[in-house]
This record gives sequence, C-alpha cells and structure tokens, in this order.
Amino acid sequence: MTGPEVLDVAGSLDRGTFRLDVALRVEPGEVLGVLGPNGAGKTSLLRAVAGLTRLSSGYISLGGLVLDDAEARTFLPPEDRPVGLVFQSYLLFPHLSVLDNVAFAARSHGVRRGPARTHASEWLERLGLASFADRKPHELSGGQAQRVALARTLAAEPRLLLLDEPLSALDARIRLDVRTELRRHLHQFGGPVLIVTHDALEAMVLADRLLVLEDGRVVQQGTPAEVARRPATQYVASLVGLNLYPGTLARHEATVGDVVTLDAGGAVTVRSQPGGADRVLVAIRPSAVAVHTRRPDHASPRNVWAGTVASLEQLADRVRAQVDGVPPALVDLTPAAVAELGLHPGREVWLSVKATEIDVYPETAAV
Amino acid sequence: MRRRVGPDQQAVPWPLGVPAAVAVLFLLVPLLGLVVRAPWRGLHRIVVESQVVDALRLSLLCASAATLISLVLGVPLAWVLARARLRGIGLLRALVTLPLVLPPVVGGVALLLAFGRVGLVGQYLHGWFGITLPFTTPGVIVAETFVAMPFLVVTVEGAFRAADRGYEEAAATLGASRMTVFRRVTLPLIGPSLVAGSVLCWARALGEFGATITFAGNFPGRTQTVPIAVYLALEQDPEAAIALSLVLLAVSVAVLVGLRDRWFSVGGAP
Repeated sequence: MTGPEVLDVAGSLDRGTFRLDVALRVEPGEVLGVLGPNGAGKTSLLRAVAGLTRLSSGYISLGGLVLDDAEARTFLPPEDRPVGLVFQSYLLFPHLSVLDNVAFAARSHGVRRGPARTHASEWLERLGLASFADRKPHELSGGQAQRVALARTLAAEPRLLLLDEPLSALDARIRLDVRTELRRHLHQFGGPVLIVTHDALEAMVLADRLLVLEDGRVVQQGTPAEVARRPATQYVASLVGLNLYPGTLARHEATVGDVVTLDAGGAVTVRSQPGGADRVLVAIRPSAVAVHTRRPDHASPRNVWAGTVASLEQLADRVRAQVDGVPPALVDLTPAAVAELGLHPGREVWLSVKATEIDVYPETAAV
Repeated sequence: MRRRVGPDQQAVPWPLGVPAAVAVLFLLVPLLGLVVRAPWRGLHRIVVESQVVDALRLSLLCASAATLISLVLGVPLAWVLARARLRGIGLLRALVTLPLVLPPVVGGVALLLAFGRVGLVGQYLHGWFGITLPFTTPGVIVAETFVAMPFLVVTVEGAFRAADRGYEEAAATLGASRMTVFRRVTLPLIGPSLVAGSVLCWARALGEFGATITFAGNFPGRTQTVPIAVYLALEQDPEAAIALSLVLLAVSVAVLVGLRDRWFSVGGAP
C-alpha cells in the first residue's frame, strides 16, 4: 500500500436524460453519508465506484489505484476492484448457505473449500452470526440477512466499503438495534466508507460527514450538525424539519436589524448580518414560531403575520400545525397549547417569531 | 362491467366450456384407446421376444446422448442469445430455433445434404477422418440433437433472461470472474429451468421419427429407435406396435410426473 487510501471521485455519468455530476473525497476511516431523494443519482454513484457502471467523464481513484478514468480509457472491472458493496436488497445467493455466502469471495479467489469456510466462520463469529451458518438466506429475518450481507462483503476484505440503503429493507422496530450495531462495524472498518440513504436520521447517525445529492448534483456538504442547522435546499429542510425560505437581504441601520424579502411572500426582520451575498436562506425552527388567536400587540410588531391552520398532525409528544399564510409555516405546539388556543383546521391565527430565533445564511455558503 | 364472482364459484361461459370439453376428450380418448386395446395378456411375451428391448435400449441411449450434447452446446448458446449485445442476435435466435417449427423430415434431408458422404461437411468427415454419419447410431444421435436442442435452448434462454442480474453483480463485486459467476451463481439460479429444458429436450429426442428415419434409416439394433419400430410393426404385428406405444406412453407419463413441480416455474429463478 502506498500512503493513506483516500477515495477520490470527480466525474459524471449519463443515463438517458439523467446526468450525475459529482466530486467527493472520503478519507480512510471516514464515513461519508450520501443523502438524497429517490432518483437523485445516489445508487448510480455507488455503482460507478463499484465498477458496475462506467463514468462518462472524469475519474475514480482509491489511493494510488485508478478505478476508472474515462479520458485515459482505464476501467477496472468490479471483480478486480478492492471494493465491497452491500446491496440494498442484500442479494444473498439463495442456493448457498449463510456460511457459503460468506465464503464466496474467498472461493472466487481460488481458496479451497475448507480454508474458505474456516475464514467465513471467523467472520460469522465476529458479527454474532455463528449459529446461522447452516441456514439458507430465505430462513433469515431481515436483520439477520443484513448482517450476513455485511459479513459477506467484509469477508472479501475490501479496502473501500459501500452501502446502499443498508437499513431500508428492515422493520422500524429492529432498525434502531441494527443501526447501532452497523455504526460500530463501520467505525471499526479502517478504510473509507460511502453510505447511501434517503433517511436523514440514518445518515446523521451513521455518517461523519454528509453530502446531499439532488437531481444528480451535489447541493450541500458538511457535518451532520451543519446540515441539520443550515439546510441548503427545501429537500434537506423538510428532512430535518425546518422552515426554510429563500429571500433577498436588504440592509438597514444596525438598530433596526436587516430585512429579508422572502421569495414565498412577506418579509422578516433579522439580526444585522455581516457583509456578503444578498441572496440568503432563512431557517426557522417550527418550535420557534408562536401562535396567537389575536394580533399580539404586546410583542414587537416585527415578524408577525396572519394565517389559517391547514392541518394538525400529532408527532410523538407535540403537535405539528401547518399554517397557510404569507409565508406558510410549520409550527410545533404542545397538545395543551392546541387545546387552549382552540386550534382546528380552518382557524385564523397570528404567527410571530423573534428575530433572535431566525438563522440567516448566504444561499451558496452551504454548498 | 365485470361481474364479481367468488374465486371458488367462477362460472365457465358455455362458448368456452363446450369447446374446452371437446378438446379434453380429443386429447385423452386416443390414449384411452391405447390402454384399452393393449394386449395386456401377451405383453410380457411381446416385450421379451420382439426387438422391443433392443429398440428401447437404443432409444434411451440416443436420446440421452442427444440431451448431453444439447446441454454442452445449447446452454452456452442460450447464454449468448440472452446476454450478448451483438448486432443480428435476433436473426441468430430465429435461425437456431428454426428446427422447432421445421418439419423433421426436412431436417433429415438437410442433415443428409450436410453430413452425407458427399455432403457439404460429410465429404471431409469421410475423406479426412473416415467418419460416416448417415445410417449409423451416431447419425441417430445427430438427427435427434438437431431436432431437440432448440427446446433446451429456448427454455434455458428464457431463464437466463428472467434471472435477477443483481446476483451476478453481487458476485462480481465479491471478486468472481465472469466464468466463476456463470458457474457458481447463474447456473445454480436457473437450475429448475435447466432440468425442465433437459427433460423437454430428452422427451423430444426420444419421440423423434422423421429426421431419424430420413438421416439414419431403419437398421434394427443400430438405428431402429422405438418410434420407428412402432411404425413398422403396425403393419406386420399390430400387437407389438401397441405394446411399444404403451412403453413410450409410460415413459412420457413418468416425465410429466417428474416435471409437475417444475413445469410452471420455467424461466423463474427461485
């Protein structure tokens, strides 16, 4: 091995009218979560790194090893790449036992049956699967199949690990347990890890860094905390449960604060912003929005607007109200507050937000 | 508008029910006739004394050999037809499955022109290697393979198409070469179709008449298979013909019973 094995991708691939254009780096020991809606190109990205799809342009390299270079016409086929891929549907070979599934990679590399099985047993042992060795894949539960798929991939001793929606096929009940365990295994793996998901929580828990992909393009990169606090697009905002409004910043005297005219209509007064772009994003937590049945006259007149309750939805310990207005907003309340205010769909209400509760950041900064 | 009827009491409209019943009778009555008219008392004598045993042995041998050759050559062909992205693959598929619809006698004539002593290929086989195919046991096998292999190819090709490519991709990411993927993943996955195709092929070879008698003739013990023996016996010894037919019927029923679970999963991976 020559130096640290960094995964480096800078390329694009075309599939009909769809185009994926991505540049990313993953350090050894780092888990990069690729988050995006269906059809954003997440799986295409994984397939390109695994060698199941060729890039149209650009390159993929792992340390000093070039996996794909469209210009140089270098393409390493999947069987020659030191890359492990855990498929979304696991794809355990139905005709082989769990043990032989895990021994598959060694057998493919010419190891004899005995030693290959011994090696596979060690991996099953490591993942707590020893008692399932003789089962066929159809005799496993979803969580067990997921672990076997991981064991099969790890047993091939890849230098780069890829996971495609690793938990999406599981019941919500067991997802938490499997996620905790998966997190442990991912952090024990020494090489770069790329994990694709459309589940924000999964990405936040499993990944050290996030990359958000929409329509084949990278729209945001950052730590899970940064992405959750300052989403760059409506998609990310809805995943992390924030109100997000793009708008234009107009500067006023420091005493008054600045005003952002929102694209969705209306305007909000925010704390004075340091210099920079005029195009900004305004993020407001649903719990930061106050609801009143009459126009609040005691409060500062800024950031008060009228609306109509469109829907109420019970979430765990609170109620999320969707309020139509200029701009529309999601508001979180306690069930007690909903009762006290007598809220119901169609009810006219007033909303207010303190300027200090509003986060404003340049539209391009997050990308 | 569709009238909703419970799944257990689905009424059959008579314009469909009556022809269906006629079809069932038409297919089953001849077989019934065979069983009813069979010389059950003398069956043992006929089987032992006539050339039934020789013909049956030859038939089983040749049909099995034809199936083996079809497997060795036909499975790779099916894979190429299903997977290779070559121009003209559609035309190639039409050509190699032509024997499915070609009258077997025409196939026999074509084989004579190709592998006969003065045929396109046959003259060199004879001249260089001293190999003569027509009117020999290997000739029977060649004729049966020609007619039966497309049955295997068509069945297995469908299975290759229907098989989940994801498993092959998973195998490739685990480091399996393309041949290893084929041997250790693709073939096991299409196992049921492979069995179904082989049995279809074997049954077709066993019943082969037209191409065999045209290309290989009728020499007892050498090229006289059961179907040919039945046809000839019908004039001289009808009872023997019926007995031989019964034997073939029994073999066919056995094949059908053996296939009953797999018949409907043709093309499907487990």
